[in-house]
Amino acid sequence: MLRLALQPVDPPDSLKVRVETTLQGLTDAAVDELDAWEIGAMRDPRNWVRPVVASAVGATAGTALVVMRVRAQRKKHAAASSDPLDLLRRTVRAAAGEARKIARRD
Amino acid sequence: MDPPDKARLDSDFSELYRVHLRDVYSYAYYRVGNHHDAEDLTEQTFLQAYRHFERAQAESDGRPLRPWLIRIAHNLAANLYRDRSRRPQTPIDDTTGLSTMHTTEDLVEGRDELARIIEGIKTLPEERREALIMRFALGMDNREIARAMGKTDGATKVLLHRAIKQLEGIVTAP
Repeated sequence: MLRLALQPVDPPDSLKVRVETTLQGLTDAAVDELDAWEIGAMRDPRNWVRPVVASAVGATAGTALVVMRVRAQRKKHAAASSDPLDLLRRTVRAAAGEARKIARRD
Repeated sequence: MDPPDKARLDSDFSELYRVHLRDVYSYAYYRVGNHHDAEDLTEQTFLQAYRHFERAQAESDGRPLRPWLIRIAHNLAANLYRDRSRRPQTPIDDTTGLSTMHTTEDLVEGRDELARIIEGIKTLPEERREALIMRFALGMDNREIARAMGKTDGATKVLLHRAIKQLEGIVTAP
């Protein structure tokens, strides 16, 4: 009986619109702030750490990939090389080729 | 706070709003007794909650935030009463607030008891009435009510027990 006496009350639609509009306004303000932060942040040297770290991580991953692929081809290059200098030349050429492939893909 | 964190916080808050709008409105309505003030109170509750959401979320330690929301509504309602220096204009103590929640069928088809309960709730002390609203209109458990009212679990259990006992006395009185 108490549950019946104290039934939950549905908020009117007009209230939903009213509250959501107000909250949306606040959320939009947050998004604008984010946009401003992204551009503005680059002017502040203290915020350069983040993109630098991101670039470094990308570069490290790319380098590791090149090394892995060149190592994988090493046996083939060794078999085809006439002398150590030729092997070095082939390895450098392969590394440059792999680096170009990764750079093109990015 | 970084803006990306703020965007995540806004998203979490939207979810809190979506899930608990009805709870806050129900509480506000039963507390102030009319739709106009209940709407204002609900809006103010969510705006205030938005301002303090980051801290509340950090301090909640994963516990539900509904008691915190209801506590905000409770404090705002108290301020509303204080500012007006009187009881609500169409108060729950009056006849309209609770009665309008029920269909004519509810009240006519042998529901004398329901009518007596509704009248009885209006005469309860504010704290007891609030505890009943939280328990029965919002479906909150003892622990949630305790957090919303700033009481211990034990004190809340006693409060609810006394509220129901008092109400039973009112309803069964000749």
